[in-house]
Order: sequence, then C-alpha cells, then structure tokens
Amino acid sequence: MAEHAEDIKKHVRTYIMVFVALLALTIITVAVSTLHLSTPAAVTVALIIAVIKGSLVASYFMHLISEKKLIFAVLLLTIVFFIGLMFLPISSFSDKIVIQ
Amino acid sequence: MEIPFTIAPRTDTGLFNAKLGIWLFLASEVMLFGALFSSYVLLRVGAEHWPHGWEELNIPLATLNTVVLISSSVTMVMSWAALKMNDFKKYRMYMGLTILCAFIFLIVKAFEYGHKFEIGHLPSFSTFFAIYFTLTGLHGLHVIGGIVVNSYLWGPGSKMWTSQPERFTNRVEIAGLYWHFVDLVWIFLFPVLYLL
Repeated sequence: MAEHAEDIKKHVRTYIMVFVALLALTIITVAVSTLHLSTPAAVTVALIIAVIKGSLVASYFMHLISEKKLIFAVLLLTIVFFIGLMFLPISSFSDKIVIQ
Repeated sequence: MEIPFTIAPRTDTGLFNAKLGIWLFLASEVMLFGALFSSYVLLRVGAEHWPHGWEELNIPLATLNTVVLISSSVTMVMSWAALKMNDFKKYRMYMGLTILCAFIFLIVKAFEYGHKFEIGHLPSFSTFFAIYFTLTGLHGLHVIGGIVVNSYLWGPGSKMWTSQPERFTNRVEIAGLYWHFVDLVWIFLFPVLYLL
C-alpha cells in the first residue's frame, strides 16, 4: 500500500473527470449516429470514439497508466493476437466460394 | 498453509499474484470476445443485406444501459478508493451501488430481449439477430458473474476486512479490474451493434 490518503483523493477527482468524459463521448457517439453517415465514415467515427472511451477506462479505472511492465508485456502480446483475429475476415476475400 | 503473495509483490514480477492472474484471464477474455467480433465482421461483410442497428434495436434503452454500466464502473473504483482511505461504510455503499447498477442493466436488457421475442426476432430470425444475441448474451453472462463476485465481496466476503484489510482491498481491486473489463466490452458492443 504505497499510496497515501491524499493521493487517493486526487485519484477520486480523476475518476469523476473520466466519468464526465465518458458520458460526453456516449452522447457524442449517439448524436453522430443520428446523422446516418455513410457506412465507412460512421464506422470510423464510432470506432475512434469507442477506442477513446475504452482507453480512458483501461488507463484510469484499471490503473494501466501506473502499472508494472509485465502487465504491458501480457497486453502487448494480446493486442498482437487480437489484431490477427480482426484481420482474419480479410483472408476470406482471397477464398471466395463462387456458386455457379 | 498461508497463500503467498496475496499482499506483498513478488520480486520477479513486481506484482501480487492475483494481479497478474486477473490480467492473464482478461487477456483470454479479449480473445474470446475478439473471436466473436471477428465473426461479426465476417458475417456482415459477407451478407447481401445487413440491417442498421437503429432500424432493429432500441437505441434509447441501450444508451441508458451504457450510462448505467459506466456509472457502475465509477462506483466500483470508488469502492476500492474508499477501502484505501479506510472507510468501510463508504465501501459498502459504493459496492452496493455497483451491484444495483448491474441489476438495472440486466433488467433493461431483459425488457429489450422480451420485446424482440414478442415480435418474433429470435436468434433464428436473421444472421444479425443471431450475432446480436450471441454477443449481448455472452456479455450478459459476464454481468451476472460480476454480480456474484461483487455480492460476495459486499456480503460474507467483507468479513476479511477486519482480519486482513490489505488482502481484502486487493480482492476488491481484482474484482474491479474484471468489472471494468465488462464495461469496456459493452463500450465496443454498443456502437457496433446499435449505432452502425
């Protein structure tokens, strides 16, 4: 328990700010969706906002900004495999089943 | 025998054991949900017609649920901070609020599901609903899991606060990391299923 009560109080203020930011970003992403943008634009905007929100949660609520190296190593490996997973659907383009 | 490294960090990892344990578990969870997100992309790209989320689903209810889950994440981290400040009463209140928010989320979700079932939009109705129910269903199970763990830490498990306060605080932190992950998954599910 390295942190003192004073530090924790500072943390609490940060948590409230993050909460407000998350609410604001939720409103923005819903508002943008009512514009009914073209699919590529809508996907880009929605994913950028989701990534920002996700990073806020991971960095502050999950304390990643002050975490030990080993956790980052685990996460880096996870991200590499996650990106691999996300690119798997692309391989389907080169292997289309053509019904004649 | 006493379990080692529940409080003190190991010299080689620099972490208490449960911290590394939960992150490894969360890494496996990322792959579980990642596989389903990847399937979603494949199904959507390969479909001749894919409905927009707003045509099929209830955005106001899902927005409400997003706010509820974000709020529960804040109360969860506040409950941990309360223990760090030696305030057990506050911990109980914040943890209670976290559990309450989780129940509200599930109740709203049940209304959504109920309405879909009523109009015959079962998983078998379309590929969209199949992946919608798979993703939100799995996420819902995670919410239920969080309720079980958090309720234990709110109720009988909190006895540990009097005997081993630091160990208990670490338990709450670990449960919190899981709970924030559940929130994080929803942060991606919401736009992907409802807004696109």
